Amino acid sequence: MKYLEEFRDPELAQQLFDDIRQSATRHWTLMEVCGGQTHSIIRNGIDQLLPDKIELIHGPGCPVCVTPLELIDKALAIAAQPGVIFCSFGDMLRVPGSEKDLFRVKSEGGDIRIVYSPLDALNIARENPDREVVFFGIGFETTAPANAMAVFQAKQQGLTNFSMLVSHVLVPPAISAILDSPANRVQSFLAAGHVCTVMGYWQYEPLVEKYQVPIVVTGFEPLDILEGIRLTVKQLEEGRAEVENAYPRAVAREGNKPAQKMLSDVFEVSNRTWRGIGQIPQSGWKLRDEYRDYDAEIKFGVGHIQTQESPLCRSGEVLQGLLKPNQCPAFGQECTPQNPLGATMVSSEGACAAYYQYGRFAKSIAGKDN
Amino acid sequence: MTNTLNFENWVCPLPLQNHPTIIMGHGGGGKLSAELVEHLFLPAFKNETLENLGDSAVLDLTSKIQNPKSKIQNLPRLSFSTDSFVIRPLFFPGGNIGDLAINGTVNDIAMSGAQPLYLSAGFILEEGLSLEMLGTIAESMGQAARQAGVTLVTGDTKVVDKGHGDGVYINTSGLGLIPEGVNIAPHRACPGDVVIVNGDIGVHGVAIMSVREGLEFETTIETDSAPLNGLIAAMLDVTPDIHVLRDPTRGGVASALNEIAQASKVGIALDEKQMPVSGPVRAACEFLGLDPFYVANEGKLIAIVPAAVAEPLLERMQQHPHGTKATVVGRVTDQHPGLVVAKTGLGGTRVVDMQVGEQLPRIC
Repeated sequence: MKYLEEFRDPELAQQLFDDIRQSATRHWTLMEVCGGQTHSIIRNGIDQLLPDKIELIHGPGCPVCVTPLELIDKALAIAAQPGVIFCSFGDMLRVPGSEKDLFRVKSEGGDIRIVYSPLDALNIARENPDREVVFFGIGFETTAPANAMAVFQAKQQGLTNFSMLVSHVLVPPAISAILDSPANRVQSFLAAGHVCTVMGYWQYEPLVEKYQVPIVVTGFEPLDILEGIRLTVKQLEEGRAEVENAYPRAVAREGNKPAQKMLSDVFEVSNRTWRGIGQIPQSGWKLRDEYRDYDAEIKFGVGHIQTQESPLCRSGEVLQGLLKPNQCPAFGQECTPQNPLGATMVSSEGACAAYYQYGRFAKSIAGKDN
Repeated sequence: MTNTLNFENWVCPLPLQNHPTIIMGHGGGGKLSAELVEHLFLPAFKNETLENLGDSAVLDLTSKIQNPKSKIQNLPRLSFSTDSFVIRPLFFPGGNIGDLAINGTVNDIAMSGAQPLYLSAGFILEEGLSLEMLGTIAESMGQAARQAGVTLVTGDTKVVDKGHGDGVYINTSGLGLIPEGVNIAPHRACPGDVVIVNGDIGVHGVAIMSVREGLEFETTIETDSAPLNGLIAAMLDVTPDIHVLRDPTRGGVASALNEIAQASKVGIALDEKQMPVSGPVRAACEFLGLDPFYVANEGKLIAIVPAAVAEPLLERMQQHPHGTKATVVGRVTDQHPGLVVAKTGLGGTRVVDMQVGEQLPRIC
C-alpha cells in the first residue's frame, strides 16, 4: 500500500534501531504524547526492540482517557433523552461514566450511532428534521477542525436540530503541566504528528526555550516513530533542546492555516478538566458565544451535572513514568485485563495491559528455558 | 494553577464488564460472548457434548443404544449445529442474508469434518417485508443449498409487529455425517502442528462495514461467503489426521485462535507477514482503524494439522477454488500456553488477545 509500506520497511527499521543503540550512552526517558503513537509502538513491538536505555512513557494523548467523567455523564444524560440521535466516534462508546456507558444507554433504547466524521452527523440531522442530533465533539487539535466545520456548516445552513457536546483539549498546555509537576521525569517528547499537521510546531518553540527539553514532531508508522526517537536521543546526547520535525511529509512549521482559521472562528480557548488530573488552565476549546445555539450542554440543560472522580488505581503514576506497571501492588492480582482497575490495563495499548500481556508471554518463555 | 495539579489521580476510564443487561458486545464473538456462554448458558444446560464448545456438536449415537442385543451396533457420528442471522443490511456486495444463512451452518457442520446433509430454516419476518424481497432471499437459499449439496428439509415461519425486527431474521440448523477415523476438535492442537488459513482474511467483515449505515465508505469489496465442505472433504482425502478446523467468523482469526489455544492448552505463534490480507481490506482497515485479525470472515477456515502433512495438504487446498491462496501462517508451540502471539513486521512480538466485545473504530 502506497505511503504505508515504505514506512514499515524492516531493514530500514533495523538501521534505525542500530543507530539508536549506538548513540545512546545513558538512560533517557521519552514520552510519546499521542495515543495513536502508543498504539503503533505496541502493535509493532517497537518497545521490545529498543535498547533498555531508552524508556518510553505513554503520554496523556488519548482522548478516551482524558475526557472527564463529568462530560461522559453529560453525554449519557443527553443520549438517553427521547427524540435524540447521539453520534460519536466508535471507541467513546465503551468509556464508562459514573454508572453506565453509551453501550448500556443504547441497550436501554437510546439511539446511539457510530460515525466517522461529524459531517456524517450533520447529514443525519438533515435527514431527520424531527429529531435532535448531537455529536460528541472530543479529542485533541486533530479532530477539532472537522468538528468546527460541522458547527459552522450547521449555522450556515440554518440546521437547528444539530448540536455538539464539546470537550476539546490541547497538547501544549498538557506538556507544560507535565513539566511543571515536581515529580516529573520526562526528559523529552515525541510530539503528536497529526496535531502538528493542523497547528504547526511553532507553539512548541517557547516550551523548548522555557524547559530546555527536546521536542521532536513524530509520525505514526514504525519508521516515523524510530526516526523521532533517533533525533530525540541525538539531541539528548548532544545536550541540545530544540524543536525538530521528523514528520515533514505531513507537517509544516505554520500548520494548516485554513483549519486554524476555522478553529478560531468557531472555538475559543478555555479552561478544561482532564480526567484524573483536574483543571489545566487554558487547555481546551469551547464554542464561541455566536455558536451557543449549537452547544449541546446549553441546549439540553446538562450544565449542572457534576461528578466526583474517585482514584481507584495508580495509573496516574504509571502514565508519568513514576511507577512501572508491574510495581503496582494490584498489578496482575486484583487488576487484570479481564477485571481492570484502570484503563491502562484495558486497551491493548495501555501501559499496564501491554506489560501484562507481554509479561505473561515472557514469563512462560522463561519458565520453559529454566 | 498547574503546580496544584494532581497527577496521582490520573485514572483512565474502566470499561464496564459486568453488565446487568445484554449489550451489543455480547454478540461480538469476543470475551463478552464467551463469558455469556460460560457463566449463563453452560451452567443451565450442563452436558459434556456442549462443553466441547466446537462449531458444532459431535453426537455419538452408538453410545445411546440401550439394548445390547440390538442389531445396530455401529452408527456413524453426527455433527449438529445451529446459527442465527441478524445481518443488516439484508443485501450486501456479493450476497444476502439467505446464502449467508446456508453457508454459515454448512461451514459450522463441516468444521467437524462432517459431510453436511440436512438443514432446517426458521424465519422471523417483520410485518411489512416485501414478498419480492423474501422471494429473492429464499431463492438465494435454495441455490446456496444446492451448491453446498445440502437439502432444506424442515422450517418454520413467524411474523412480528412492524418495528420489532430488521425485515427478516433467519435461523438455520443442520446435520452432517462424520467419516470414520476423523476426529477434529478445538482441544486437539499439539505443539509442532502448523496453522493454515485458506485465503485472505477479513473480507466479509469489510464488505459488510463498507455498506452499513453511517459509514459511507465506498469500496467494491465483496463478501467471500462460500460453503467450505467441498474443500474440507478434499483435505480429508489427503489425510484424516487434521487436528482442528475452525470457522473464524465473529471476532475474526484472533478470537478463533485464542479459543483453540485455550482449549488445547498450547501457545500459537503467528507470523504477521505470512497472514494473507488483500490490499483493499488492508487499506479499509487502516482507514477505519481496525485490525484485520479481528474482522469477521465467511468462507474462511483455520486448519491446525501435523507438520508432516502440511505440504501435501496445502498443495491440495490450493487446487480447490476456495483454497487457492491457502498458506501456513503460524505454528503451535508448548511455550506460552493459552496465548496467541504474533511476530510483527519489524521482528518484535505482540500478544494477539481476544477482543472484549465488538471491535470499535479508534479515534486516533
